[in-house]
Amino acid sequence: MKHLDKMIPVLVFVALIAAWEAIVRLAAIPPYVLPAPSLIVQTLVNDWATLSASLWVTLRITALALALATGIGVALAILFAQWRWLERSFFPIAVILQVTPIIAIAPLLLVYLEPGSAVLACAFLVAFFPILSNTALGLASADHNLRDLFDLYGASRWQEMALLRLPSALPYFLGGLRIAGGLALIGAIAAEIAAGAAGQGAGLAYRIVEAGYRLNIPRMFAALVLISVAGVIIYLLLEAISRLLLRRWHESSRAR
Amino acid sequence: MTATQVSAPLVSLQGVAKTFPNGVQALHKLDLDLRAGEFVSLLGPSGCGKSTALRMIAGLATPDAGALHWREGARPDVGFVFQDATLMPWATIFENVWLPLRLRHVSRKDAAPAIHEALARVGLADFAQAFPRELSGGMRMRVSIARALVLRPTLLLMDEPFAALDEITRLRLNRDLLALQAELDMTVLFVTHSVYESAYLSSRICVFSNRPGRIVQDIAVTAPAPRDDQYRLSGAYLETCRIASQALEDVMAESLPV
Repeated sequence: MKHLDKMIPVLVFVALIAAWEAIVRLAAIPPYVLPAPSLIVQTLVNDWATLSASLWVTLRITALALALATGIGVALAILFAQWRWLERSFFPIAVILQVTPIIAIAPLLLVYLEPGSAVLACAFLVAFFPILSNTALGLASADHNLRDLFDLYGASRWQEMALLRLPSALPYFLGGLRIAGGLALIGAIAAEIAAGAAGQGAGLAYRIVEAGYRLNIPRMFAALVLISVAGVIIYLLLEAISRLLLRRWHESSRAR
Repeated sequence: MTATQVSAPLVSLQGVAKTFPNGVQALHKLDLDLRAGEFVSLLGPSGCGKSTALRMIAGLATPDAGALHWREGARPDVGFVFQDATLMPWATIFENVWLPLRLRHVSRKDAAPAIHEALARVGLADFAQAFPRELSGGMRMRVSIARALVLRPTLLLMDEPFAALDEITRLRLNRDLLALQAELDMTVLFVTHSVYESAYLSSRICVFSNRPGRIVQDIAVTAPAPRDDQYRLSGAYLETCRIASQALEDVMAESLPV
């Protein structure tokens, strides 16, 4: 029964794909309107050289943006926790950057930066905030009794940061990282579309725009599949890292 | 050490008062002398300022009025045990007990003998590499006590440490705590709601008034150490319970003038 429970989502997914294939074939829907899943797979195989090169470009930007967002987000959160006036001064700016749609910022960044840097900056901007806000929240959420204990034993500010606040913030940070991983990919794609519209870039989003101009709908779907798969893999990877780091002590990793 | 220093209280609170920023007056004219080797329980209703007094002695809160005087002029090494075990969940038991020494820059290697000794004292020698969540509530409290003992403190402050534990674990920890106090020759200041616990553990029971807290009765418990489980069945124990209960009831019955 347990095995069946686990199989149900897979079976539903397969059934939906099969239904899609059947509808396209039975209704003879032309591929420039809606390609069948089998044609999308075939396009993926045939265009693999082009699509994989673009996938690599997008993934590289996503990874770099995530690394930068992690480094800068965590560093800023630590500084905010140490000096409240810094938080009061700069956190609102981070909020403004977060709430302004990235698709609106991208054209402006493309004016000031060369396309590759602009795409990276966009991906960084959307990935940065969840890491900063979650880490800052985690650093402020250390157990107050433990903080008293550190005071009692004369801990320095940096000892408290290293031995208490940072470990306390780890689950919060990892939660932010999982969100940021997906957002970095979205930011990169959004910026690539903006850059691609201007005739720049070679990432997956550019391939989608390009295929759209040529009415090559199967390739659009193939690129879309690659983006989705990349997003899922990023999420699973970050989830695995999170589980690895929290497995021995955090409540979220308790077996149910 | 001079004769005056020996006879002087380890710590003396004189006319101490504390009002929190929200206007709650926690303590008013609290006088308390704590002598070396004593086991003093602070007994009183919830919110009467017992924990605030404890935190002041630990240096975690400052009095608005009155003064604290330490026999040595400054606060000696103090251990603190909270109501919850207050362990770092991400650290092993060894690392939790290491904390007070680590904050004094004692390396893991140099600290190891003291840590293993403290863990052995509380009966957890085999659990150094476990994580807190792998232990029961009683075992976690033992780790908390080991951490407080690792510096060999002159004074051990305990804020309702066994309140959240089941009765059997509580009785066992009461007995072990008395043994540890005798073995390490510590002074203990123990906050509790429990008349029975205070009567079993203490050499003196200070009964607090309702908020703002001050001591309204100081009950000397003369039963000699060591106290074993048989002591709980003795007339002396029951008499202490009766006196402490009566004092507590008096406090609950009337709102005493400040």
